[in-house]
Parts: sequence; C-alpha cells; structure tokens
Amino acid sequence: MKRGLQLALLFFGIALPALTGHAARIGDLSETNIAEQALRFFTFQDPAVRYALLGSILLGITCGLLGGFIVVRKMALVGDALSHAVLPGVALGFLWNMSKDPLAIFIGAVLAGLLGAAAVHLIKHTTRLKEDTALGLVLASFFAVGICLVTMIQRLPTGNKSGIDKFLFGQAAAIGAGDVQLMAVVTGLAVLVILLFYKEFLLTSFDAGFARAAGFPVQAIHYTLMLLLAFAIVIALQAVGVVLVSAMLITPAAAAYLLTDRMHRLLALAAIFGLFAGALGAFLSFLRPNLPTGPLMVLAATTIFVLAFLFGPRHGVLARWWRQRSSAARIQRENTLKAVYHVLEAREFKGEGVSLRELAERRRETVKDARQQAGELRRHDFASLQEDGNAIYLTPEGWQRACAIVRNHRLWELYLTNAAHIAADHVHEDAEKIEHVLGEEVVRLIEKRLNYATRDPHGRSIPGLADLRRGASPESPASGPTGYGRSA
Amino acid sequence: MNVLVPDFDFHRVFIAPWTENLASFGWITLMGFLVTATCGWVGNFLILRRMALVGDAISHSVLPGLAVAFLLSQSRGTLPMFLGALVAGIVATVLIELIHKKSRVKQDAAIGIAFTSLFALGVILINLYAGKGGVDLDQECVLYGEIAFVPLEPMVMVGGQILGPIPVVRMGFVALATALLIALFYKELLVSSFDPALAVSLGISATFVHYALMGWLSVVVVSAFESVGAILVIAMLILPGATATLLSHRLPVMLGLTLLHAALSAVLGIHLALWLDCSPAGAMVVAGTLIFVAAWIFSPSEGLLRRWFRARLEAPAVGSS
Repeated sequence: MKRGLQLALLFFGIALPALTGHAARIGDLSETNIAEQALRFFTFQDPAVRYALLGSILLGITCGLLGGFIVVRKMALVGDALSHAVLPGVALGFLWNMSKDPLAIFIGAVLAGLLGAAAVHLIKHTTRLKEDTALGLVLASFFAVGICLVTMIQRLPTGNKSGIDKFLFGQAAAIGAGDVQLMAVVTGLAVLVILLFYKEFLLTSFDAGFARAAGFPVQAIHYTLMLLLAFAIVIALQAVGVVLVSAMLITPAAAAYLLTDRMHRLLALAAIFGLFAGALGAFLSFLRPNLPTGPLMVLAATTIFVLAFLFGPRHGVLARWWRQRSSAARIQRENTLKAVYHVLEAREFKGEGVSLRELAERRRETVKDARQQAGELRRHDFASLQEDGNAIYLTPEGWQRACAIVRNHRLWELYLTNAAHIAADHVHEDAEKIEHVLGEEVVRLIEKRLNYATRDPHGRSIPGLADLRRGASPESPASGPTGYGRSA
Repeated sequence: MNVLVPDFDFHRVFIAPWTENLASFGWITLMGFLVTATCGWVGNFLILRRMALVGDAISHSVLPGLAVAFLLSQSRGTLPMFLGALVAGIVATVLIELIHKKSRVKQDAAIGIAFTSLFALGVILINLYAGKGGVDLDQECVLYGEIAFVPLEPMVMVGGQILGPIPVVRMGFVALATALLIALFYKELLVSSFDPALAVSLGISATFVHYALMGWLSVVVVSAFESVGAILVIAMLILPGATATLLSHRLPVMLGLTLLHAALSAVLGIHLALWLDCSPAGAMVVAGTLIFVAAWIFSPSEGLLRRWFRARLEAPAVGSS
C-alpha cells in the first residue's frame, strides 16, 4: 500500500506538471513550468515546438508504463502486431470528416486495435496456427487494408495535403493543441487505471495460475491491459508512426528490465526512459527539416537500452564479465592454495615453505606460471614469498583457505560415494567444481550427515575445524591435520 | 465515400487489363505471383519453425543494409543490394541472439528491439540521403513498394528471345533458386523444423540450418522489397503458408497450395487494385487475406463451419469426447 502511494506520488510528480502546464498554456502563454524552462534552454519559443515536446513526453510516459507490463508478460510482439493493426482505423477515422480530427482517429484506431486483438485470439483458438503466425497474419493483413485505404485517401483531391502519410513514420511537428489535450487525458487515464489495479496487473503478469485460483478475473484484466495498450499505441501514432510504435513500447521497458528486479521501479524507470527518448527524438527531429520523428525516438530509446545492456550494474554485460573474471581469478587462487596444501601433505607437513619448483611440478606447469600464481596469492595476503622469491609460505589466512578448499573437495567426494552411491573413481571431477562454491552452512550439514568422517573415499584425511583454526604457524607444523574425530 | 470507392466498371477492372493493357498488367501480375510464391515457400518453413515473427524482423532489418549498400555503390544494382540485405539480415539474427543470450531480456522483446532499431536506422539514412546522388529509395517505396511501376524497359534478351523486364526476370531467378534449394535440402529443412533432436542425431547442424534459412530469407525479402516494400513482405511470407496449413497436414501439399494461393491473390489483387485505385501490393495482400479467411471458414478438415457442424452433431451425445 505504501509502495502504491510512493508510486502514485512519483507518477503525479511527472504527469501533473505536464497536465497543468498544458492547461495553463491554452489560455495564456505563461512561461512558468519546467518543460518551458527546458525549451527556453533549447531556445524554442514556437508553440508548435512546445506541443511537440509535450506530446512526445506524454507518449513516452504512457508507452513506457504499458511497455513494462507487456515486456514482463512476454507480449512484446503483441504490441508490434497491434501497432500495425491500428492503421485501417486511423484511415477510417481520417475519412470521418476528411481531416485530422484527433478524437475520430483515436476512436477508429482503438477499435481497429481491439478488432486485431480479437482476431489474434480467434485464430489462435479455432485453428492449428500458433500465436506467432496469428500475430503475423493480423499485423500484415490489417496493415495491408490500411495501406489500401491510405493510398485511396491520398488519391482524393483533398487527401494529399492533409498529412495522413505522417502517421506512418511520425512527425512530432504535426502534433496540435487538440492532440496534446487528448494525449494528456489518455496518459492520465492510463496512469490512474494502472494505479487502481496495480495489484491485479502485477499478479496476473507474474503468476496467472495463482491469480485465477485466487478468483481474479484474469481474462478481464488481460483485456483491460490490451485496451490500455491500444490507447498507448494510438497516442504515440502521431509522433512515432504506426511502423515503429512497438519500439517505444518494448525498448524503454526492456532497458528498465535490465536495471531492476522490482516491478514498480521497472515501471517508473520505463516511464522515465520513454520520456527521455520521446523528448530527445522530438528535439533531434527539429534540427533538420523533414527528419521523421519516430525513427529518431526509437534510436534514442535504443541508445538507452544499449547503455543499460552494457553498463547495467547487475545484469549488464560488463558487470557480468567482471563478475566472471573475478570469480575465475578466485578459483585460480583457490586451486593454487590447494596445490600448496597437496605439496605439504605429500611430505606429511614437514617444513613450512613450498618451493616454486615443487608447486610447478604439482600443478604440471612451468616455474614461471607458478611464480605468477604465487604473486597472485601474495597480493591477496594468502602467502608470503621468500627473499630470493623461490619459495612461498602460507599466511594463516592462506592456510585456512587451503584447508577449507581441500575439506570441501574431500567432503563432497565422500558425500557422493556415501549418500549418492557413486563410484569413488567418478567423484573427483564433480568435486573439482563444487569445492569453490560450497558455503559454510552446507559444509556443516554435510559434515553432520557424514557423522564427521575424517577420511575421504581415497583414504586421505579431511582437514577439520581444528586445522582451520590452527593456521600454519611455525609452532605446530609437523603434527599434521587433526581432523574431526580427534581432539585438537 | 462515393469518391473514395470508384464506380465498379466491369470492363475497366476485368477486361481491359487482359486486352488493351496486357503488356504491363501481365508482367505486374506475374511479378506479384513470383513474389508471393517465393516468399510463401520460405514462409512455410518459418511457420513450421514458429519463427513467423522472425520473418517480420528480418524483413524490417534489411532496410539499413539496402541503404548502406546503395550509398556505397551509388546504384541500385542487384549485387550490392543483395549483399547489403544479406549482411543486414545476418546482423539482425546475430543481434537478436546476442540480446537474448547475453541479457535476461526474453526473445520476443529482443526481436522487437533489434528490428525496430535497424529499421529506424534505415529510415533515417534514407531520409538523410534521399535525393542526393539520385537516390530513389524513398519512404513510400519502403512502405508499400512500387509493383505498379515495374520498369518494362529494358527487356532482358536471351538469344534474340525476349525474356522479360529485368525485375521480373530477377525475381524469377530467385524463385527458381528457392525451389531448387528447397528441393535439395528438403530433408534437412523438414527434419530440423519438425524434430530438432532427431536432426542433431542425424548430424544436421540446427544452427547452420537456422542461419542458412535466415540468410536466404534476407535474399528473398530484398528481392521482394522493390515490389511490395518492407512491411507487406511479412504478409507474403505468412499468408500463403497459413492458408495452406489450414487445408493440409502434408508439407508437399502445403507447398503446392502455397503456389495456388500466390496465383489467386496476385490475380484477384490486381483487379481489386484496379477497381479501388489503390496500392497493388496492398490489394494483393488484402486478396490473400480474403482467401485465408475463406479457408478459415470453409476448410473441409478443420474450418469454422466444419467445427460448428461437428459440435452440433456431437452435442447430444453426452459423454463422447
């Protein structure tokens, strides 16, 4: 509930200034809101420019919000199909009185969109055709009807100069006062419906089965969402164009999806990204005459997506790469520590230092590689190097880590042979991997399950807690690991 | 509305094209047939593989490839166009895979992002450079092609025999090549479409078949591009195959029905366009849609009517499935 309130505040923080700012501007050209400050910054004084920018911002918000739902519902291509399907509705709305009457076009387009959604549903449920084919069919056939109508309208004497072709690729400059009014109303409505039914939308998006079992009207919620989606598409038509509206739905929301795991944050981010993409696209399209707005907005949104894709803190490619790299380095270090332990174990823990030659032989690599590994251990305070640099001594931390890894390895081998009854000569490979990821709690459980056994399937002793605590200190080197069954 | 829908003049719509104007309408209809048939054949496999919307994506994505090829070569020659489209198609396929595999964005959204971005890039390139250096790619062409303006001169002559206008001959070659490729790799396509696991066990690389199909799809799309534009291509890809799917369960029969659908929609479409005076490519798709709807309702095996009758027959027998 509290979150809903925060959400509401956030949305109205964005939507209300836009709404009221617009209302103020109809009567007098007062210059008091943020949007106009931004405009003055770009030295836009033309009202057409203000309408265009305001319209682009409104459509960005609506598309971002609705896009958030369709992306998490895996309905991205439904958005694409719907956006193409509205074209005949736009053309018919245009024919209503042969002008760009926003309301007539809005009604025509929403009806066409819903008809398209119904057609997809029907094809899916009464034929063998799969959803993707149904979507493609509706997309293409509705669009073709629309193209026929558009070319017929353009043939008419009044048709050519009316700018119906602007609906195909979008021209933000064509947005008028009436359009902005309609867009503001629709945006307000969409935000309101989402706020009121946030819980319902959320639940049906993530767990439709549970929602149905809990008695939510899943089907009705689905169609409400489709209706809102049609609204979002229609108000974006003028600026983005039929062909690319789906990008304004998908791309900002997908970028938000890469940055957060919480739905309300995703919606807020998607709305903000949509807003930026819209404003930037509108701005860029004014820089040169005849640049279509839609493609520029789409590229702006794509840029945001690419940034999120590369630099997202948790799911970004760079973050993943960095995580993989550092985990690979950690595994490498742990393997070196294990090798040091094995060397010490082979001479029954007599003597402290391990020469690099011994280490290299153990790991079947060159002394040079061993030297590099030793340096790596030293950097992480796991070991110190002899003055001449030819032998390493484990620090207490290094000793503990080495014991822990060997313990993980041998415990896991024992667990696989005892509990899963896997042959003893088949368990090593698996243990090589799991030793780096076993957490302390799991280790405790396995130890308990194995009755604190001290020998692994190959007869070697499993380092115990006492060995971990003791550290490889000079006072007690030669006694060997104590293990669990014995007293420290 | 009277102005919008011209009076139906039987002679003008049905007789004239086949008598007085045969020279141009014959070629336009043939072109429409070739485009629909070629796309339809490739589309059959897309539908089987549930990749219908990947076809949509590729058809949008070839645009920047075309624009760049055009700017580099300063011509609308066949080879640069095909190469550009091929590269763009592969880039789109790789981008979709990349977004899908390297992030948690699902495949549908990945498709949506990749193709809209590429298409937007293409539109901007065309807008920036339209009119410079005789660039005659324009927005209208992108949207619904210019099948009505297929240049009839010069004709391709082989051994003194007139073969046809260049675009028609080119499309004919693509159609033949498509038929040949399908015939040659029929088993691979069939097995990998219906049973990927079996395909792998037979040593057929699913990845290779996927990329090969995408590559050839780009070639087909670009050869159709000039006639029907980037968006109506999706209709040519899906409609014939979807109609055939409703009428038959057997792939060879479906491929044959695809040809029939292509021929019918080309002929009906051209007449529809003549009557309504609208975009011929759009009209062909509308005609194809009507045929699809007819198959949907009247299909003898699974049409809506058949289902309705069956439901009525079975309704009284309680307990029968």
